[in-house]
Amino acid sequence: MTSAFRVVGLLALAAMALVPVLPLGAAQEYIWHVIIQIFLWSFVGNAWSLMGRFGLVSLGHGAFLGVGAYATVLLWNFFGMTPWLGVVLSVLLTVALALVISYPCSRFRVVGHYFALVTLAVGEVVRLWIVAERDWTGGSLGVSLKTAGTASGLWTLQFADKRVFYYIGLAAWLFGLWVWWRVDRSMARSAMEAIGEDETAAASVGIRVTRFKMGITALSAALTALGGALLALYLAYTNPDTLSGIGVSLRIVFAVVLGGMYSLLGPFVGTALTIALSEYLRISFGIKLIGIAETIYGLLLIIFIIFLPAGIYGSIRDALFRRRWARPQPS
Amino acid sequence: MIEPIFILEAVVNGILLGGVLALLALGLNLIFGVIDIVWIAYVDLVALCMYAVYFLVTLYGWPLWLAGLGAIGVGAGLGVLVHLLIITPILSSPPINQLLATGGLLFFIQSVATLLWSTDHRSVRVSLPTIEVGGIFISFSRLIAFGLSVLAMIALYLFLKRTYTGTAIRAVSQDREAIALMGARPQRLYIVTSAVGGAMAGVAGALLIIQYAVHPYFGGAFGPLTFMICVLGGLGNMVGAFFAAFIMAQVISVGGVLVSTEMGYVIAFVIFIVLMFVRPGGIFARRG
Repeated sequence: MTSAFRVVGLLALAAMALVPVLPLGAAQEYIWHVIIQIFLWSFVGNAWSLMGRFGLVSLGHGAFLGVGAYATVLLWNFFGMTPWLGVVLSVLLTVALALVISYPCSRFRVVGHYFALVTLAVGEVVRLWIVAERDWTGGSLGVSLKTAGTASGLWTLQFADKRVFYYIGLAAWLFGLWVWWRVDRSMARSAMEAIGEDETAAASVGIRVTRFKMGITALSAALTALGGALLALYLAYTNPDTLSGIGVSLRIVFAVVLGGMYSLLGPFVGTALTIALSEYLRISFGIKLIGIAETIYGLLLIIFIIFLPAGIYGSIRDALFRRRWARPQPS
Repeated sequence: MIEPIFILEAVVNGILLGGVLALLALGLNLIFGVIDIVWIAYVDLVALCMYAVYFLVTLYGWPLWLAGLGAIGVGAGLGVLVHLLIITPILSSPPINQLLATGGLLFFIQSVATLLWSTDHRSVRVSLPTIEVGGIFISFSRLIAFGLSVLAMIALYLFLKRTYTGTAIRAVSQDREAIALMGARPQRLYIVTSAVGGAMAGVAGALLIIQYAVHPYFGGAFGPLTFMICVLGGLGNMVGAFFAAFIMAQVISVGGVLVSTEMGYVIAFVIFIVLMFVRPGGIFARRG
């Protein structure tokens, strides 16, 4: 990256950090709410793309999201456990689940379509389990986070002020970008790319296929669980359909594909666009035409996958870089 | 302790459910085997066919059997449209993009249905008696659906085995390069396959609407199960999918009675996941 890029990036970051301080008038709470959602879902999208970019297309990230969200909320509701500890436990639980699935998948070479369908089944298992355990989880009605009342604050991670969560969301998103960047710069990336190309060839040059696959799956699942826990804490409510299940899994995948799964900022661009689009359509149509937002959304997805498979951000970036290469480099 | 008679009833209901699931899996498996693309939105096409029957009966007053035939036509048309508009441009894309494009179709169909017809549950009421055999109650409409779906499967089997086009379709699924060398046009065969697969969705829709209410998210209820049956039976393996459908239906039906409805599905999905590790080529794959 050139220094010009760095300056632009820092300026954008400063602008984002300043949003809660700006006088945005009556709509400020709403604007914060939308941006927090974009941060948290981009974070989850980034976590998904850690696997997706290497051909491990999971349609079951809703499972990881759901376990993270539910474990955190239930530990607080039933045992009064501080989310600080609850989040750690729920992330560990999710990593355990991810390893249980990923080990046989890697050993028995469940790849491509089959991997997608196995993870889809895992997502359904977790969703149905949550619904079945309705005494604990509230079934399909979902469960609200028990309010901390006067104890709200840093210990309970419940805040009356949305701006606190704005910064938590921003920090989480930046953390996700940092992890993505670290993986991108690591040997694991080369190894995973080799595995994605040809597993047998990769194994023959000494790459530990199972270990790398399990590692990247565990990392992705851990971040997704963290995202799920943060979403549940922010919304103070979880529901098997909004934080688990196929609908959510597909939504994560689509936002990432829309933005571009092979680039750092792709998931952010895709998530921001889909959330902005659905919010815009929701405001302009209200309850008059229920479903119109999703209709346009679905249509766009089909069109994008047919015509712009690298995603919006990915395609723009590729176009820019191609032009830069074409230009004679200053010595 | 649950009385044995309830378990027996669950087994019978499982067999009847298996017939429906087998029919659902059949069309998807045909497309899967021949074109090598997973139509994630296949069961949503079935839901559209169910809507077609519903509106033909309630709005236009068609008799049920005629509306069912109409749904088969609608299904075939939808199949061709999906193939021409969505699948053709991405035939040579990576499999994951193909999966996602039909996933986009899933969102599209569900939300268009919500937009046009709201989230109301709609069903065609047919008052058919429930028959009792030795203390077991069997719904007559389920029995009819089972019988007709077995007939539809036999028809598809004969079409694939006995007709010239059917032979060509089986040839494409075996080797898509070689069939072009033999002078057949894969593109034309793909369209025929999509039409037949869509028509099977129409048959399934017509048989499902007399047992289940249709709503925009109907596809979500049966979709995942249908893929799993196809994969379990071995992709493209019709006979395998047929048996896999009955196995899954038994697990769901008996598990539902013994534990709870959701746990029946949970057990079925867990069995699927485990079998995927043990026999990735499907339960009937030859070891090799």
